[in-house]
Amino acid sequence: MGMTLTEKILARAAGRAGVEPGDNIWVNVDLLMTHDVCGPGTIGVFKREFGADAKVWDSEKIVLIPDHYIFTADERANRNVDILRDFAHEQDIKYFYDITDRSNFKANPDYKGVCHIALAQEGHTRPGEVMFGTDSHTCNAGAFGQFATGIGNTDAGFILGTGKLLIKVPATMRFVLDGEMPNYLLAKDLILQIIGDIGVAGATYRTMEFVGTAVETMTMEERMTLCNMVIEAGGKNGVIAPDETTFEYVRSRTDKPFEAVYSDADALLYSDRHYDVTQLEPVVAKPHSPDNRALARECSDVKIDRVYIGSCTGGKTSDFLHAAEILKGHQVKVPTYIVPATQKVYEDLFTMKYDGQTLSEILLTAGCIEPAAPSCAACLGGPKDTFGRMNEPEVCVSTTNRNFPGRMGNKQSQVYLASPYTAAASALTGYVTDPREFLS
Amino acid sequence: MGKTIRGLIFVVDDNIDTDQIIPAEYLTLVPSKPDEYEKLGSYALIGLPDRYGKFIAEGEMKTIYPIIIAGENFGCGSSREHAPIALGAAGVEAVVAQSYARIFFRNCTATGELYPWEVGDRLCDQFETGQEVTIDFEQNRLINHTLNQEYSLQPLGDVGPVIDAGGIFAYARQTGMIATKA
Repeated sequence: MGMTLTEKILARAAGRAGVEPGDNIWVNVDLLMTHDVCGPGTIGVFKREFGADAKVWDSEKIVLIPDHYIFTADERANRNVDILRDFAHEQDIKYFYDITDRSNFKANPDYKGVCHIALAQEGHTRPGEVMFGTDSHTCNAGAFGQFATGIGNTDAGFILGTGKLLIKVPATMRFVLDGEMPNYLLAKDLILQIIGDIGVAGATYRTMEFVGTAVETMTMEERMTLCNMVIEAGGKNGVIAPDETTFEYVRSRTDKPFEAVYSDADALLYSDRHYDVTQLEPVVAKPHSPDNRALARECSDVKIDRVYIGSCTGGKTSDFLHAAEILKGHQVKVPTYIVPATQKVYEDLFTMKYDGQTLSEILLTAGCIEPAAPSCAACLGGPKDTFGRMNEPEVCVSTTNRNFPGRMGNKQSQVYLASPYTAAASALTGYVTDPREFLS
Repeated sequence: MGKTIRGLIFVVDDNIDTDQIIPAEYLTLVPSKPDEYEKLGSYALIGLPDRYGKFIAEGEMKTIYPIIIAGENFGCGSSREHAPIALGAAGVEAVVAQSYARIFFRNCTATGELYPWEVGDRLCDQFETGQEVTIDFEQNRLINHTLNQEYSLQPLGDVGPVIDAGGIFAYARQTGMIATKA
């Protein structure tokens, strides 16, 4: 019997010839990522358990990324970034993306922004590797053909001291996405479609592997969108087989060697679902659950108060490019928040052109609010002064990943999750809108 | 009789996500700092819709409900360990749900904060907040004293001793898997 891509990665990391779903194995960790929200607690566990003078297992395999609560006056949030900094210096952590001048993020060349996108852009996501992160959207990195999943502080503290973790091998659910992507669909539509089909617990304890011609022609950023949201179906990890698109992205960002692995044709699958993407339509997830799917055109009577384009899921360069395609030459009818995931994405807004204009020119001319400093911002609410936070019981169309009650702030607020196309089209009408109304 | 937990229950339904258990605005509290651990507890379940009523009374730091009864997929969403910690710090000793999100279940075990019992029956539709129950660890059963009914629970298995010990580090030391703290 063959093995899936995920099983092969875990077998290698465990030093075993083979593994099967359900096996409990100790794996060697290639990379541990933590941020300002869970890093201080992880460091606390590490010090409590391994001693005040303990050293981390490998100072080059840890990435510390302040990204959640950065541009806030909240003193405790600011202190948490200080804790990361002290630890980075004490342990000589090689990859720490610091910010010291919060008044002007551009004055901090090391500051990146949202961890999952920064990890990719800085060359930390590599095929065949095992990555853990203290954030549920760590599964984003599965787009690079690696095993990546979210863990808590205690497990992360254990890894800091030992470089190992005990995990259960997940069974693989395969999703075959075939066909040429229609020009009105984005990866966000596909993953919302899938989550709607299998439910918010449909992949609990399991791997979601995406294959098919629609996936093969996707950019790395679109592949990230697919894998990013597997946690919204309860998945342990998402994965896409690496190919030339992957290798080109990775090799232009790191010299580190890596070993790509692939699922065997006779690997045992937990389930196998097929989609013809040409038959799909733009969708949204209605309040208050990511699996509460509806066709965008069925929600055209839903009046909205704002649009939010940002986060690890929907704040990448191509997400703003897609929004710009819709917004160019039109005016938004509701406040439209632009939150680039990283400093690199922010720079791209001012350099990348679509149809003769930079993305920022298109967005600002259309009436969007000036792009904010890169961070997780209002995707998860955060401190009251967070940019774009839903402080009132309003209705928002958002390119983010979750819409449980209170996710973006106010408990009575309503969030419709959507693709950047659908979000932009909705901004232009003030109602949830199918982007085909604005695409030729 | 072996280990039991007896107390009042707080009943919620499906897909109670980590933002409802501990909203993101309170995540600046660092759980490994004792005073902030206590504070996290005082905000447990504050993100729930108002229809559930108050889990922690105004001005109190702890709950009067040591046992939570839930439906499917309890603890879904983020990987924040603050979620089981907030519940544990508030005085919760066990959750009895039909199913759990993977990371939440693991964080319960890793921290040893509370016992994540699984139950086949949809108790969240039959029970009401404020009823009194006993969880019998030896018999793997739950007794609702208010309704005078008994229900069988799925055994905790390997997870039980880890939580008994107080989490994975304590368990690993107790069993000689890792060296005793220097």
